[in-house]
Amino acid sequence: MSMTVLTVDDSRTMREMLRLALADAGFRVVQAEDGLHGLEVLQAEKPQVIVTDINMPRMDGFGFIEEVRGDQRYRAIPILVLTTESDAEKKNRARMAGATGWIVKPFNPDKLVDAIRRVAA
Amino acid sequence: MDPLAAIRETFFQECEEQLAELESGLLAMEGGDQDPETINAVFRAVHSIKGGAGAFQLEALIRFAHVFETALDEMRSGRVPITPDVLKTMLRAADVLADLVRAAHDGSETEHPLASGLVDELKAMSGQAADEDEAEEDWGDFEFQPMAAAVDMPEAPAGPAGFVVKFKPRGDLYAKANEAALLLRELARLGQTVVELDAHEVPPLTEIDPEAAYLAWTITISGDTDEIAIREVFEWVDGDCELEITKQGPADGGFDMASLLARVQDEAPAEDEGPAVVPANAGEVDVASLIANLSPAAAPEPEPAPAIAPPTLSVVASAPAPAAPDAAPEAQAAGGPRKSEAGATIRVDLDRVDRLIDLVGELVINQAVLAQRVMEAGLARASAVAMGLDELEQLTREIQDSVMAIRAQPVKSVFQRMPRLVREVAAMTGKPVRLVTEGEGTEVDKTVIERLADPLTHMIRNAIDHGLESPEKRAAAGKPAEGVVKLAAFHRSGRIVIEVSDDGGGINRERVKGIAIEKGLVAAEATLSDEEIDNLIFMPGFSTAAEVSDISGRGVGMDVVRRSIQALGGRINIVSKPGKGSTFTMSLPLTLAVLDGMVVSAHGQTLVAPITAIVETLQPKAEDVHSLGGHARVISIRGGFVPLIDVGMALGYRRDPLEATQGVALLIEGEGGSRAALLVDAIQGQRQVVIKSLEANYRQVPGVAAATILGDGRVALILDIDTIVTVSRGDMRKAS
Amino acid sequence: MNQILTSNGQAQAGGMKELISFRIGAQEFCVDIMAIREIRGWTAATALPQSPSFVKGVINLRGAVLPIVDLASRLGFESTEASDRNVIIVAQIGEQVVGLLVDAVSDILTVTDDVIQPTPDVASETAKSFIRGLIAMDGRMISLIGLDRVLPENVELEAA
Repeated sequence: MSMTVLTVDDSRTMREMLRLALADAGFRVVQAEDGLHGLEVLQAEKPQVIVTDINMPRMDGFGFIEEVRGDQRYRAIPILVLTTESDAEKKNRARMAGATGWIVKPFNPDKLVDAIRRVAA
Repeated sequence: MDPLAAIRETFFQECEEQLAELESGLLAMEGGDQDPETINAVFRAVHSIKGGAGAFQLEALIRFAHVFETALDEMRSGRVPITPDVLKTMLRAADVLADLVRAAHDGSETEHPLASGLVDELKAMSGQAADEDEAEEDWGDFEFQPMAAAVDMPEAPAGPAGFVVKFKPRGDLYAKANEAALLLRELARLGQTVVELDAHEVPPLTEIDPEAAYLAWTITISGDTDEIAIREVFEWVDGDCELEITKQGPADGGFDMASLLARVQDEAPAEDEGPAVVPANAGEVDVASLIANLSPAAAPEPEPAPAIAPPTLSVVASAPAPAAPDAAPEAQAAGGPRKSEAGATIRVDLDRVDRLIDLVGELVINQAVLAQRVMEAGLARASAVAMGLDELEQLTREIQDSVMAIRAQPVKSVFQRMPRLVREVAAMTGKPVRLVTEGEGTEVDKTVIERLADPLTHMIRNAIDHGLESPEKRAAAGKPAEGVVKLAAFHRSGRIVIEVSDDGGGINRERVKGIAIEKGLVAAEATLSDEEIDNLIFMPGFSTAAEVSDISGRGVGMDVVRRSIQALGGRINIVSKPGKGSTFTMSLPLTLAVLDGMVVSAHGQTLVAPITAIVETLQPKAEDVHSLGGHARVISIRGGFVPLIDVGMALGYRRDPLEATQGVALLIEGEGGSRAALLVDAIQGQRQVVIKSLEANYRQVPGVAAATILGDGRVALILDIDTIVTVSRGDMRKAS
Repeated sequence: MNQILTSNGQAQAGGMKELISFRIGAQEFCVDIMAIREIRGWTAATALPQSPSFVKGVINLRGAVLPIVDLASRLGFESTEASDRNVIIVAQIGEQVVGLLVDAVSDILTVTDDVIQPTPDVASETAKSFIRGLIAMDGRMISLIGLDRVLPENVELEAA
C-alpha cells in the first residue's frame, strides 16, 4: 500500500504542484487548505507524512504543527515545513513547534520526495 | 495539456484572486480597518504570488514580490507604521505587481517602468538595503543549507577516509518525529557504516520516560564522503541531539575495528541488542519527569512505532519510541469529513457549462418546434398531449433558468478592477477621488461580465476627467475637495442596472450644444430639451474633451461606450443636474444567451425585435403618415413626429415601401431617448428566443444583431434596431 | 489508368488524397474529403440582408446557424434556383462551417498528388481564384476547388 502524504497549503498552485510531484513518486496525496482543515483531513486520512506551508489563513503552519504534536494520536507523524522562508527565524519557530524538517520553496520534486523518504520509513 | 502548463494556468488564476485580495485588503486598511487578519491576508497574497513565481522561475515577479513582501512584513510586525502614505505606496506596488503578473502570464516579462522606483521606495520604507542583492535567496533549487557552513573543510583525501560520528539524540528529537533509525539509514547512504550502540543510559523498564532519550550511537563511516554531507543528514535535528564529527585519515587505524565489527554492522546487524543490554544502572535520569510518567499507560507499547525499524538497523527498533499512535483510535476520529466553509462548491470547466447551456438552448427550441407541430395537428388545448407539452415547456424554462444561474457571477470581479483605475486617473488629473461601490454581489451572466469592463472603465474615466471639477472649483462651489464617484449595481425587472455617478458639476449644456452644432450634429436653430442635450454626448463624432485630455481620449468617445452596451443588448442614458453631478445608467440583459423578442414579419421574412426596445405597437392611420420626399416618411404620434422606417426596405428585402396602413408600427426608443417607428407587415407574437451567433460561421450583418431558431426550425434574424434607425436616419438626411 | 481509383477502398497512403466530386450544371468539381462534414438535402434558407448574391442565406443545422453559399454563383456561373433536387455539402473552412449548394454529388475519388494538373490560363479570373488544379479522368475533366476563399471577406462594417 502506498504511503499517504497530507499536504497543507492555502495556495491551489502549490497544492497542485505538490500533488503532481508526490503522485508521480507513487504516494497517495491528500490535501488541506489551511491548518484547521489539515486537522480534519488528518483525522479522516491518517497520513504517514505531513507537508505543510506556514503562512495560511485561519490556522497557520506553526499552530497546525503544535496541534498535531499535542495530539497523542498524531505526534509521531513526521511533518515537513514547506515554505519560501529560508531565514533562520521561521525555521526555528517551525522547529520549536515540532517540525521534523523543512523544505525551501521552490522545491525540486525529486528532492521533495527524497526529503519525505528521509523522514518516513 | 501538460500538467505543469495546467498548474501554471492555475497559478495565474490564483494570482488574480490574490491580487484582488491584496487590493481590497489595502483599501480596507486605508479605510481604517485594523483587523490584524486583514494585513495577514495582504501579506499572504504577496507571499503566495512570490511562492508560485518561484516555482515557475518568473524572475521579475519574484524580485518585485520579494521586496514588496518584506515591506509588508515590516508593516505587519509594526516596524513600519501604517500611514496613509505608506498605504498609498503599497497600493501602487500592488498595481505594479498586478502588471508584472499579467506580463508574466503573457510571457512578456519585461522591465516594468515603475517597478524599480517602487522597489527603492519599498526598500527605503522597510529599511532594506537599497543595493541589497536580490540573489540572496537561491531560487534555482531547494537547498539544505549546511548549518555549519563555516566548518573548515580540508581537501578530501584520495584514499578511503573516514569519519566517526557520535550522535546522542535528546528527547526533543523524537518529539519532532525525527527518528534515530532513519538518520542512521541516511548515514548509511554516504558510505560503509559501522554502528555502535551505547545503551548504558537506558533505565530499568519501569523507570523509562517515553519522552526522554537514552540511547547514543557511534557511527564510523568510510568511503567517499565529506563532513558537509554528514552534517546535512543531521540538519533537521541540529540542536536536538549531541553531535560530534571527527575525521579520520586513511592511515589512521586508531579505532577498534575488530570489536566493532564483532558487534554490529550495517550489512549484517545484530539482533535486538538494544533491550538486551539495558543496564541496571539508570545513570542520570530526570527524576521529576520519571515520576510524572510512571503511570503504566505512559510506558512504551511493546510494538514499535509503525514507521520505523528498517531491517538493517533493527538494533534501534526499540529505542524509546514516541508515544504509540492510535492510543484512542476511533473515539475522536468520528469528526466526519470536513464541512466546507464556503458552502459546497466545485470547479467546473467553463466549456462544459457552455456546452450545457447550448444543449438547453436546443431543448428550448425543440420543445417549441414540438409545441408548434402539436398545434398544427389540431389537437385541443385541453388534450392530454397539449397539457403534457405545457408541463414540458414549464420544465424546460426552469432548466434553462437553472443552467443560466450556473454561469452567473457577481459583478464584483469587474468592480474590483475599478479602484486602481480611479487611483490612476486621480493621479493623472490631480483630482482627489473617492470611489464608492454598491451591489458588488449582484449577479449576471459571466459572458456579460467579461464585456462590462471596457465600457465601465471608460465611464469611470469620463466621470473623473469630465464629471468632477478641479479641487479649486469644488472649493469655490463649497464642495469637499475630494470628489466622489459611485458605482452601483442592482437588478430591476429581469435586467441588471449599473450606475456610474459623480458629484461633479453636471453637464455643461451650453458647451455640449455648442460642440454639437459646431460638429454639425444638430442644426444651430434646433430647440432641444435638457435631456436631449445631455444625450448628445452619445452621438458618434461627439467627443468633448478628448482633444484636451489624454485620459478619456484614448480614441474612444461615449458613442463607443453606447455601442458596446448596445452590442450586449443594453441601453445607456444620462441624467445630469447642474452643480450636482451626473449619473450614467445602463441596463443590460442578465444573459447573452436568451432574449425576449417580438416576432414580426416583413416581406415574407420572419424577424425578431428585442422587446426591451419597443415602447408600444400601433396601427398607422393614413392621416398620421407624412412623406418627406423619396421614401422618407414620418408618423405623428401624440403630436410629435417620429421617423417611420420600413424594415423590409431597410434590410433590402423590398424596393418599394409598404403602404403604412397595411402594416404595424413598432414605436421604439433608441438609446438616449431618440424615437422611431419601425414598420413591419405583421406581428406574430412574443416569445423568448435563444440567441445564435451569425458571426460564428459567417460574419456580422448590418442591421442584424444575431439569429435565432424558431418553432418551425427555421432561422430568424434578430434586428439590430439602433443600426437600422441610424442608417435610415442617414438615408433620410440624404433624402431631405 | 490505375492511379485513379474509384474508391470503395481504403487507399489513403502517402501522397494519396480522397476527393469528393459533384456537379454544377454540366461541369464537375471536387473538394478534399477531409473538409467535408456531411451532405444533406436542400432546405429553404433565411435570406440575409446586405449579403453578396452567392450567399443564399442561413439554415439551421442542429442548432448552429449555417450560411449557404451557391457555389455556381460563387464560381461565376448562373445562380442556382435551389429545389429539393439540390444538395448541400457541409464543409469546414478554418473555424467556420459552411453549406455549399451544388446540383448533385457524383463520386468519391482517390488520387495521387501527381495526377492533379495546374490550372491552365484559359480559365476565367473568378474560376482561377478557386480552382487549385485539374484532374482528367475517363475523358472527364474535374476541377479541384480550394474552399478557403469561398466565404465573402469579412467587410469592415461602417460605423453607423
